[in-house]
Amino acid sequence: MSAAGPRPAGAARDLVAIGAFAALVGVATLWLDSGVWLNFVMMALYAALLAQAWNLLGGYGGQFSFGHALFFGTGAYVQAIAQMQGGANPWAALALAVLAAGAVGLLVGALSFRYGLRGSYFALVTLAFAEVFRILALSVGFTGGGVGLMVPLQEGAANMQFASRKGYVALALAFVVAALLVTSWMRHSRFGASLQAVRDNEDAARAVGVDPYRTKLGAIALSGAFMGAAGAFYVQVFQYIDPAIAFGPHVSVEALVGAIVGGMGTLWGPLLGATLLHLLADVTRNLVGQLPGINMVVYGIVLVVIVMFLPRGISGLGASVRDAWKGRRNG
Amino acid sequence: MAEPLLALRGLSIAFGGLRAVRDVSLAVPPGSLTALIGPNGAGKTTLFALMSGFLKPDAGTVRFDGRDITGVPPHLNARAGMTRTFQIVQPFAAQTVRENIAVGAHLHEPRRRAALAAAEDVAARVGLAPLLDRPAGDLTVAGRKRLELARALATRPKLLLLDEVLAGLNPQEITEMIPVVRGIADGGVTVLMIEHVMQAVMNLAEHVWVLAQGQLIASGTPVLVTREPSVIEAYLGPGAAARLAGGGHVAGSAK
Repeated sequence: MSAAGPRPAGAARDLVAIGAFAALVGVATLWLDSGVWLNFVMMALYAALLAQAWNLLGGYGGQFSFGHALFFGTGAYVQAIAQMQGGANPWAALALAVLAAGAVGLLVGALSFRYGLRGSYFALVTLAFAEVFRILALSVGFTGGGVGLMVPLQEGAANMQFASRKGYVALALAFVVAALLVTSWMRHSRFGASLQAVRDNEDAARAVGVDPYRTKLGAIALSGAFMGAAGAFYVQVFQYIDPAIAFGPHVSVEALVGAIVGGMGTLWGPLLGATLLHLLADVTRNLVGQLPGINMVVYGIVLVVIVMFLPRGISGLGASVRDAWKGRRNG
Repeated sequence: MAEPLLALRGLSIAFGGLRAVRDVSLAVPPGSLTALIGPNGAGKTTLFALMSGFLKPDAGTVRFDGRDITGVPPHLNARAGMTRTFQIVQPFAAQTVRENIAVGAHLHEPRRRAALAAAEDVAARVGLAPLLDRPAGDLTVAGRKRLELARALATRPKLLLLDEVLAGLNPQEITEMIPVVRGIADGGVTVLMIEHVMQAVMNLAEHVWVLAQGQLIASGTPVLVTREPSVIEAYLGPGAAARLAGGGHVAGSAK
């Protein structure tokens, strides 16, 4: 076989698609004037980032975390504390937040993967870690306890606080594009191949020389780092964080649901799933706003329907329909 | 005689009260094609798991390529050049045949493109070339056995441990597979196989070890070993050897 062998299937195609996506959202943002729509795009990108981060470990590594808020909250608190108590520039704080969240990922990964925790046990351990961090954040002094931390308003790009929503959209878009690039690398690299091998069959992967422990550690650190970026972003947008927001179950659920609904282990699924769910939540809230809580019911029903009938998520719609059609004809 | 590529000394393991492997010693010479046979439940697969590091022995040592590898985890043994396949095939079902084999090729090839190219080469050697882009989950049993073999071969092993690559195949498929295994051995890979299909053992193996109830009960060339009364009795029950001899049957096709 010559060096002109098969192309790493679609690596270049991924890059073109990601470039097109970035250009499209970028231009749309410049053109959009409505604050409502800019806000929608920003929050959709933010939700996508959560789902993408979860997908790196859950979708490609098969390790289902129920406590990704752990990394989100770590990033958020590091972002706030580094600015308020360390006097750091927010951009430098962002780097710290990402590193810290990745490091927490390594720690949790080392503890749980070392002892071979998988499946529901891993899910429970991550959930427990997030709870422990939430209670710690409530009890120690430098997090502001239950009162939370309020980051002072000082608008300016150097301060990562933008007068227009467009600045935040650009920032969120940069994170989402970075996550897309890392996901694409996952699909076309040795590390990604090892990770998917471990996901599909750990013993078979070990037999051909893959170290499952180190592979899963790498995945949880990457996943945590992106989650930390999302936490830092949250702090910059809302200038406030408290233990329930940072480490509560809401963020964990949002991350995993977006990825599962969109399609685990795919490049575009988490982005698609998170955006559609965000749209659905907004629409139901506006349509049935007079009945508090009914929007959550509609949201829940849609989730159940998707999980039941689209096991591969929205991005696997075509394949699921094809299978059902084949099954009907063969059955 | 050259130093053996793989040497087991006094290997034992028990699961609760069941002594699955008892005091097994054997030496696999480099460049050989050998087989491990024995009735169901004899401990053959357990012995493979002990060699490759999936299980840690309670007693005894494993030496591979001049190093003591007792208790070394399987991925490090694969890096050192010993790769096993599984009796119950273990494909990465969601991935294509090409991607499956590339996981093995990545052991010595960090670049994606080169690993995928190497996967094509290996697929051609085991007759999987037409199926490269099919999902592994879609393959027939025979196809999966070939994939299992290809993925292990892609790691460029010095020693290949084949756990019943012929089990579940029909006679036609077995006849097709035997030259594939022969080709791998002729390519310089030392092969130790667990096999129930005696046609293959007689055809391929230059040396055979017989395991029964966790212990080695015989070893030698396939023809000699299958005439051994203790081997016939292990397969067919006590007294079978005498009955067969009395009835004038040739014991060469025991099993």
